[in-house]
Amino acid sequence: MREKPKVAFYWCASCGGCEEAVVDLAEAVLDVLSAVDIVFWPVALDFKRQHIEAMAERSMLATFLNGAIRTTEQEEMAHLLRSRSKLLVALGSCSHLGGIPGLANLFDRESILQSVYRESPSTINDGGVFPSLRHKDNGHTVELPGFYQTVRSLNQVVDVDYYIPGCPPTPRIIRTALQTLLGEDLPRKGTVLAPDHALCDECPRKNTRPDNLSLAEFKRPHQLQIDEQKCLLAQGLLCMGPATRAGCEAPCVQGNMPCTGCCGPTSRVKDQGAKILSSLAVLVQGKEEDEIDRELDGIPDPVGTFYRYSVPSSLLRRRVQAKAAANPR
Amino acid sequence: MPDSNSSPEMPAPQGQRFEPRIVAFFCNWCTYLAADLAGTARLKYAPNTRVVRVMCSGRVDPQFVLDAFAHGADGVLLGGCHPGDCHYQEGNCKALRRYRLLRRTLQQMGIEEDRCRLEWVSAAEAERFRWVMNDMVERVRALGPLHLQPGEEVFDEEVAV
Repeated sequence: MREKPKVAFYWCASCGGCEEAVVDLAEAVLDVLSAVDIVFWPVALDFKRQHIEAMAERSMLATFLNGAIRTTEQEEMAHLLRSRSKLLVALGSCSHLGGIPGLANLFDRESILQSVYRESPSTINDGGVFPSLRHKDNGHTVELPGFYQTVRSLNQVVDVDYYIPGCPPTPRIIRTALQTLLGEDLPRKGTVLAPDHALCDECPRKNTRPDNLSLAEFKRPHQLQIDEQKCLLAQGLLCMGPATRAGCEAPCVQGNMPCTGCCGPTSRVKDQGAKILSSLAVLVQGKEEDEIDRELDGIPDPVGTFYRYSVPSSLLRRRVQAKAAANPR
Repeated sequence: MPDSNSSPEMPAPQGQRFEPRIVAFFCNWCTYLAADLAGTARLKYAPNTRVVRVMCSGRVDPQFVLDAFAHGADGVLLGGCHPGDCHYQEGNCKALRRYRLLRRTLQQMGIEEDRCRLEWVSAAEAERFRWVMNDMVERVRALGPLHLQPGEEVFDEEVAV
């Protein structure tokens, strides 16, 4: 019998939703199992890091890695899995674009650690424990991963072959991507394995969008009774559909909520947030500064809205740090 | 400032003074013509600005501005026709809307508001053009260089206690 191709699944800075998404393949997961041999999957199987280290270079067909890179350990694992795999696939928004953990790039490491270990109202830390690289206990020393200043997407750390977008990727996107990767004709390196057009194109409400859309204000979902048929943008909601890649079949819109942009930009856009900013800003009616500013007050958190999943992969990559904070000590 | 320099050439950097790098996007019909007029009138102004001519300020994609910052600009200046004067009816109005939202976004990303500026300068306003160019440079000079992360070294700072 021909040996089945080996694959690995690994997670870094992520919530675990992408692991869930693999399980959500339901019966199709059996097809996956009959086609490949899973040799490493810390969430589900008991193989360890040394099993991967013992493998020859490029001996696995593919590693599916979800999660952004935040710690030294995650970076090491990304390099290790990269070297053992023919293909490295970024699975989900965090490894593709930086994802929700990437919003931490609006803060610096010190303030994050201070907040978590000292300042937050729910923190009880009587011993004043604070993360360190080495810890001594009972004569034993343990080494712990370092916490980087900045969250990175996977391709900012290692070479990535393909991307599976979504937070999490829908079962259909994953299934199609797996079929593509197991097939004969591999797409060009760097391809995002989803259609390369905007979500509006496959939106069920596409035909209700007026040609000349103009808005007196932006609203948030709790501020109105949302019409279940009409284009969400036309109702004044901040829908990221125009600047987001299709492929998910718009489950959020079908659930009567605006798109948040998890599938990232299409191939022709460098910076998803700037693009949606550009297209939404011109929808307001004001012609004078004051009027425009008033209308834009309906967008209280522009970065969190436009770059919800893509701060690390945006052109600026993180909040600019004051010189002193950029070079502590 | 440059007026005090008697040489018609680019003024040499004076000592350790920080010379900001400014990228400007000027509309073909107004601000770019104002620059031309300033040139023919031999007006002197700060030489720190690299100008990109666009057909309309409404053509300036916010990505252009961010890309300029990402590539080392300390400031970005946008120039268009006065409201009501747009060659394409309301391109400048769209530019203004984008700019107002971009400002808020940049502020969240830690970029001071004086680093990105939109000014209306008509083809006849050479003197105003000079003032805008000099004022932009002075304000950015006062802010100092933009500390965008220069490279990968910032990722190498680990927890050290």
